[in-house]
Amino acid sequence: MADQYRVAIIGSGPAGLSAAAHAAQLGMTHVLIEKTDHLSDTIFKYQKGKHVMATPSNLVLRSDLDFDAGKREFILDTWDDQIAGNKVNVQLNSEVTGITGETGNFTIEIMGGKMVHAEAVIMAIGTQGNPNKLRSPGADLPHIQYQLDDPGEYFDEHITVVGSGDAGIENALGLAADPKQNNTVSILNRGTDFARAKAANVKLLEEAEAAGRIFVRRETTPAEVREKELVLDTRDGQETIRCDRIIARTGSQPPRGFVEGCGIEFTGEDRGAFPRLSPSFETTKSGIHVIGALAGYPLIKHCMNQGYDVIEFLNGNLDLKPADEPILAEKFSALPGRRSVDEWLEIFRNNVVILQELSPLQMRELMLDSTVAAYSAGDVIFECNDPGSSMFGIAEGSVLVEVNPDDPSITVPIEQGSIFGEVGLISGRRRGSTIRAAEPTVVMELSRNAALKLVATTPSAARAVNAISVERQLLQMFGSGLTKEDVATLVDAAEVVDVRAGQAVIEEGAEDKDVYVIRRGSMIVEKKIGGNPVFLSYLPAGTYFGEMAVVDGSPRNATVKAAIKSQVVRFPGQAFVDLLERNPRLRERAMAEMAGRRETNSFIESRKDSFGSAVDMYSETARFLIDNGIGEATDVLLIDETMCVGCDNCEKACADSHEGLSRLDREAGRTYAHLHVPTSCRHCEHPHCMADCPPNAIKRGPDGEVFIDETCIGCGNCQRNCPYGVIRMDAKPPKKPSLLSWMLFGSGPGPGEASYSWRKKTAEKRGLESPKTAIKCDMCSGIEGGPACVRACPTGAAIRVAPEKFLTFTKLAEDAG
Amino acid sequence: MATLPGQDENFREQRQASDHESFLSHKRMRWLKIALVLCLVAVVSYFWIDVTPRHNGGSWYGYTLGTIGAGLIVWLSLLGIRKRNMSAGRWSLKAWTSAHVYLGLALIVIGTLHTGFQLGLNVHTLAYVLMMVVILSGIYGIAVYATLPAALSNNSKEMTRKQMVEAVAAIDRQLHDAAQPLGREDSDLVIAALEQDTFDWGIGARLSGHYRNCTTTRALNHFASDWSRPVGSEEPADKVRALLGRRKNQLDQIRRHMRIKALLEVWLYVHIPATIALLAALTAHIVSVFYYW
Repeated sequence: MADQYRVAIIGSGPAGLSAAAHAAQLGMTHVLIEKTDHLSDTIFKYQKGKHVMATPSNLVLRSDLDFDAGKREFILDTWDDQIAGNKVNVQLNSEVTGITGETGNFTIEIMGGKMVHAEAVIMAIGTQGNPNKLRSPGADLPHIQYQLDDPGEYFDEHITVVGSGDAGIENALGLAADPKQNNTVSILNRGTDFARAKAANVKLLEEAEAAGRIFVRRETTPAEVREKELVLDTRDGQETIRCDRIIARTGSQPPRGFVEGCGIEFTGEDRGAFPRLSPSFETTKSGIHVIGALAGYPLIKHCMNQGYDVIEFLNGNLDLKPADEPILAEKFSALPGRRSVDEWLEIFRNNVVILQELSPLQMRELMLDSTVAAYSAGDVIFECNDPGSSMFGIAEGSVLVEVNPDDPSITVPIEQGSIFGEVGLISGRRRGSTIRAAEPTVVMELSRNAALKLVATTPSAARAVNAISVERQLLQMFGSGLTKEDVATLVDAAEVVDVRAGQAVIEEGAEDKDVYVIRRGSMIVEKKIGGNPVFLSYLPAGTYFGEMAVVDGSPRNATVKAAIKSQVVRFPGQAFVDLLERNPRLRERAMAEMAGRRETNSFIESRKDSFGSAVDMYSETARFLIDNGIGEATDVLLIDETMCVGCDNCEKACADSHEGLSRLDREAGRTYAHLHVPTSCRHCEHPHCMADCPPNAIKRGPDGEVFIDETCIGCGNCQRNCPYGVIRMDAKPPKKPSLLSWMLFGSGPGPGEASYSWRKKTAEKRGLESPKTAIKCDMCSGIEGGPACVRACPTGAAIRVAPEKFLTFTKLAEDAG
Repeated sequence: MATLPGQDENFREQRQASDHESFLSHKRMRWLKIALVLCLVAVVSYFWIDVTPRHNGGSWYGYTLGTIGAGLIVWLSLLGIRKRNMSAGRWSLKAWTSAHVYLGLALIVIGTLHTGFQLGLNVHTLAYVLMMVVILSGIYGIAVYATLPAALSNNSKEMTRKQMVEAVAAIDRQLHDAAQPLGREDSDLVIAALEQDTFDWGIGARLSGHYRNCTTTRALNHFASDWSRPVGSEEPADKVRALLGRRKNQLDQIRRHMRIKALLEVWLYVHIPATIALLAALTAHIVSVFYYW
């Protein structure tokens, strides 16, 4: 049996629902195909009662379904009602296994053998993907399940959980929690440790193992699934155990493979790549459209608008302007010339070299994440040492770079069509020079995320940015007096090399003769003294190293290795020597710097004999700090535990300076030699939290602080991505009674963060409902006097430091002594 | 090996003026110097200025010292509010603590000279005695603040208080399971150990670190080591003994933590009530002086 439709919509998330509702409104024959037994599975799986946000607030909703910020249940009920009310043709429990055919006649195969025929296909399947299936023989038996909704419903069973992530561990713990259920629970781990899971979960699992409540089988994989039995591959050979139920939690497969299988091309090999789309969301496979999260739009409102738009396009309305048109119009209204949105988009695309390969749709999206500005001649665009990780493109006019901070009259021009600011984007460090407009100039500023996405998805842009950034980095590093021509040979010979954390770039005693520049990340320099590696110095991004061996022809006198995952640019040493020979002034400067460094090295070497323990202590402390993320930090809170009396005034001050929630946990965290790294934001050079923020709410502020703005939708991605656990999800608490009324009458919870029960009770009493959003340290930006944690420490134990200032021998030795 | 990019981060250095030094040496002992000068001036002028018939609180000189002293007392007692009122601004609690400590010590000299060494059984001497109680408790406070934090850090071994308590709970769960096969007498001892509250002990035990009647210690002593069986033996009594030993160690860590914290905090239970009493006595002292003028 087969049905024939004008359009088949696959996936019933916000995008698919909105498309189906609009097709129904227009009377277009359609079918909405959903894998599960309910609509909108991603939101369905949200925690009960979760407050769903509706950002961006300046974007109008264009859909036949209603949507506004509110509780998960309310939103789902509204959609269910309106889908029924619109008489949308829904097929639940239908997993699509393949799409074949051409535009006008597609065949959609559904698991179980059913076929659907449609003239056009809209894929709105999101990015959740499908759970990885077991691959061993017998993997299709019915007692294998890939999800566990309620662990309380299983009794007297032998259950095996496959998978060593948090999901697997939590399932196993849940099944074994109540001894009355009398389940025999085993968990299989391919490796020996549970590295992918949260430490707290691993601890609970180990405890349950010690108490005999769960059997943990390490280095074990399922070999064959049989009725009531499971054959295991263990380190010591095969073993068969009784097994009534298998719960497989081995991660999920991203949908890319399926999408490509339908003949759709992506923008690149990269994991962050998206299907290549036309302005009407059509893929490279004519007739198949992709919208929603799969197309790179993770926000609900975007998705719903696209659902509406794609149906309009299919219905022949090709003049439809996207819903973001007014936002772009407002953006461009600040520019001179009264041009239309389309005209401006074309000007930016044609004039800015790195944008020339973009499609109109990509161009629109990029502009939404960017800002534009016009400058008069002489206006400052940014100043040297401003924090900033955005990149600029010059659409009209040109700018001047002040290469010598001491003499603003020495400048280098950057012409129309080129870019600037890319060093900040790549290194994550402050601006290296001041930039002014040379003439009336129109520039666009690409936010860090937009720029990174552009580089990741457009190979030509990546090449251009790379070449320009290497050249600029060289010019900036060697200071004034050099021209592009001087460094041209170096740039041509340059090679960008990725370095793993801990990997050595230069080995002490080696004979190689290359010179390196740190492009991103940071390095540590170590020298073996008396058989032990001694920490010599910390090198932030933008530093060059390795030139000593080139200049005096000696072997390498120290090891340089990456403190964190880094990128260096390698130049042949001879080209560097030639450059020095051609530029006596540069040579002089390099020699002076080298002499200075030799002095430091020999100072530490001489110290090693007389103050051996101080040097060891310093080396160990430096290593400890690097292990704890200080290598990628820009500004971090440390606590000297020889002074900390544990009063927690830092935490209280933090809470009282920020709406009543503390962003630091003083006690938690690692300690070495009484130097404690509390759980508190390090304001990383390349913040992990920024990596996957749907509304781009995480930004770097004017003092270099990484902060989360009010557009946070509370998804928790940043919390999961932060390797240091410094982000918490919590609701803004109600206001406390004043300090005076607490001191005099004891009203309210007093200074510091109020207890959870007080916050909950008071919020209920006052009828306040606030969503849980992500909360982290913002370095007290905007608060006069600076970070409250430091100001509120009564003994001087709390200090904030930058690694390049703190990780020096004199500083650490002085502190240790 | 390398060159740092030229950076002129003055703005940041200014903001990070949180130098790594303790409240005692804050700003190269600025407040110690100020306090010493204050004391020196007071002592020199005491011998310099001839008050007839003898120095007393009621002379113009006595009033001057008294006013300075009363002002200092009121200002010093405001530290409690400064600490809790987390307002914006360029202040640091460390600077306040530093000033509090040194100016508070200077009060010994100023207050004593103000009395003109005329003490008796009256409200005036009461205020003086209370002031000395506050200062002496404060000196104890300085001493423990300077010496104990390192011990607190050494004892915690990177564990938070919550983790310490959870560790006991985790051991208890295992102990509960492991004790199932034991006989009545043995399991009663384990139950007694499990049931004893970790925190419900008097201030004496907390400060001294001696916990008499600790049922975990008693149970541990009962399960005397049987060396005939190998380490890690699966014998129930051995498992229970090993777990009791772990429980005892974990309790010891918590108790040491509580002891150090108590030593760091106990003086405040004298310092602050005495300050409030001092403020009351000081008011009475001033009012009565002016009343009988």
